[in-house]
Amino acid sequence: MSFLTRIAPALLAATFLASPVLADDQHFPLQSYRVGPYAAGGTGFFGGFIDYMTLINTRDGGVNGVKLTWSEGETEYEVEKGVEVYQRLKSNPGIAAWNPLSVGIAYAMIDGVTADKTPLITINHGRTDTTDGRVFPYVFPLLLNPYSETSGIVNYIASKEGGPEALKGKKIAVLYHGSPYGKETIPIYELLAQKYGFDLVQIEVPHPGNEQGAQWLQIRREKPDYVVLRGWGVMNPVALTTAQRNGFPVDRIIGNVWSNSEEDVRPAGDAAIGYTAITTQASGNQYPVLQEIIKTVYDAGKGNLSDPARIGSVYHNLGIVNGILNVEAVRIAQARFGNRTLTGDEVRWGFEHLQLSPERVKELGAENLFRSINVTYDNHEGEGYVTFQQWDGQKWNVVSDWIAPDWALLRPIIEKSSEAYAKEKGLPIRSAADADAAVSN
Amino acid sequence: MTAISAFATRAGLATGLALPALGLLAFVAVPLTASPYVLEAILLPFLALSLAGLGLNLLTGYGGQVSLGSAAFMAVGAFAAYNFDLRSGLPLPVSILLAGVTAAAIGLVFGLPSLRLRGFYLAVSTLAAQFFVQWALTKFAWFSNGSPSGIIAAPVIELAGLRLDGAVGRYLFSLSIVAAVTLLVHRIVSGPEGVNLIAVRDNETAARVIGVPVLRTKLVAFALSSAIIGVAGVLWAFTYLRTVEPAGFNLDRSFQILFIIIIGGLATLRGTFLGAALIVVFPLLLGRLSAAAFDGLIDAGLIKLTERIVLGTTIILFLIAEPNGLSAILSRLTARLRGIGRG
Repeated sequence: MSFLTRIAPALLAATFLASPVLADDQHFPLQSYRVGPYAAGGTGFFGGFIDYMTLINTRDGGVNGVKLTWSEGETEYEVEKGVEVYQRLKSNPGIAAWNPLSVGIAYAMIDGVTADKTPLITINHGRTDTTDGRVFPYVFPLLLNPYSETSGIVNYIASKEGGPEALKGKKIAVLYHGSPYGKETIPIYELLAQKYGFDLVQIEVPHPGNEQGAQWLQIRREKPDYVVLRGWGVMNPVALTTAQRNGFPVDRIIGNVWSNSEEDVRPAGDAAIGYTAITTQASGNQYPVLQEIIKTVYDAGKGNLSDPARIGSVYHNLGIVNGILNVEAVRIAQARFGNRTLTGDEVRWGFEHLQLSPERVKELGAENLFRSINVTYDNHEGEGYVTFQQWDGQKWNVVSDWIAPDWALLRPIIEKSSEAYAKEKGLPIRSAADADAAVSN
Repeated sequence: MTAISAFATRAGLATGLALPALGLLAFVAVPLTASPYVLEAILLPFLALSLAGLGLNLLTGYGGQVSLGSAAFMAVGAFAAYNFDLRSGLPLPVSILLAGVTAAAIGLVFGLPSLRLRGFYLAVSTLAAQFFVQWALTKFAWFSNGSPSGIIAAPVIELAGLRLDGAVGRYLFSLSIVAAVTLLVHRIVSGPEGVNLIAVRDNETAARVIGVPVLRTKLVAFALSSAIIGVAGVLWAFTYLRTVEPAGFNLDRSFQILFIIIIGGLATLRGTFLGAALIVVFPLLLGRLSAAAFDGLIDAGLIKLTERIVLGTTIILFLIAEPNGLSAILSRLTARLRGIGRG
């Protein structure tokens, strides 16, 4: 008993005190997931993000002299663990932004980050209507929301067929994961089918999707021209192998943004050769920024990926692009507020002016890795372009130009949803002038 | 003789004082002193899971009916409260009460097999509730008000015009509900219904022979237990996570609640709270300790997997050492302290 009473304060001190962060630092709390079913995505993404921050610290001495720091908390992709990590890390000083890479965790944080005035980045995913920055000042689904992804896929199919007019009379089947994520784009596919006049069949695969005989039998009956795979986890390789068994040509299957990684195709073996999937960031390590990461970070033994063969994989490159966007938002905000530790609200201003032209992206060593971004106070997605990659059995190869989704068509749907949310929650609609003022401590 | 009676009054006095002291601590001292982290990340999930454990303990611990559908009833409660609040315009406490009634109704339906099935077979049939509820909530967009991603934001907690949005407000709201339900359950289990429940658990045939209404007792237990778990679901979604998604109420959550009552001690109210505290705090503490000890030295994923092994092994060892759970350990400990005090 006495031993316990003596050791308890020390234990408490050791476990409940956050490590101090030095004065001129900009901090990134990371709700990473390195174990559990989604560890492949988590290690790649957070590895890439950390590798890019390490590069900026080592090569440039930070962003204009302000060092980047980070701390990690494991979420296993579970919402309540993510919330715990958020509560634990949010007292760290100098927080720039949150990057959970999980739509469930992001939802649970929306109220919190709005009260804290700290940006919440959900690159390539997240709640679609947070694109409307007038209602969601602190949430940024950068580059691509689920609606734009849908439009990008249909535009790609149109370009393969020789223009939007050629879609008329074609048949597209969408094979989607039986979860809220999978069902989110059902109305958008319907809208696009109506607009372009193609036939549409949407088929659900119950979670987890390790048995798809019935669904592919139906696809065989329907004889679609293309199958869009809106999968998740084990559903993706099983879809590819079942397609092969049912004689559906793999080069007519187009994967969405969560069916586009090496981990999705490798288990399918030969059945995946020729499969095409959408991405916002090309894979491979030939880009200058990747080469610098290999030279400065990995050759010095400071790399975050335990397996260097994964450098340049889809999730690793997504993490690097995420790092570029976060760092540039800080840089842009520094240009206005000064080269010091910024508040979350100042970094929010930086994200709302995150405009990187293809020329600027080239300066950053990321030409062809991603195209450009153009975030404004009311458009938090930032008009990200998509491209398509084909799997050759060893690696992904880019097979299309940069394609623009039909943002103008989707915007009214997004505004309708965000305005309903604002009404339900009693939130104001921001103007450009509201967005320009930022709280500095 | 006098020594014994003196001890008895002293012990009675101690327990008589313990409850107000605990109330004072929970309602006054904690909100004044606890950091937002302790409130948000430890106490709020602890309260919600305690309440869920309380509901399950009533059914499984006292009534002997094993259920693996707890998370489903939590989901029913959370979604029902969301929809009552959204569509009816009733005050939030009424919505929560109605959510409890809804969960009770669903619980009653899935409790019907208990009239014919026992033990392991009943556990399997309650699994149906788990899968059916999750399927229905994902399938019909109406439940989540047509939200495209199926995840909904919890409403603002408002009581008689007072907004309870802060951590302290939500904590007090949650605590009041848990305290009220605990008192209610305490009354039930120490009254004639509680005796009936235990009689059914211990020997159903004997209970029937001495005139216990077995069918009624079982169904009431299912309904009441589901109602309490449903309210726990509301607390989990509204005061803790602030968001509701069907995937958060999966089979893992049902097992977690079952473990709470097994680790804490079946058929004890105190044990439920001890079990919930262990399930919430122990993994956090373990995570902090291993992070402080090994951060940067070993791969973060490896540390996490090792933690899981340690957590599982600890629970197994602990149950071998004391199959009656934390509550029994606490009883032994207090008895020994009293012995020291007397000596």
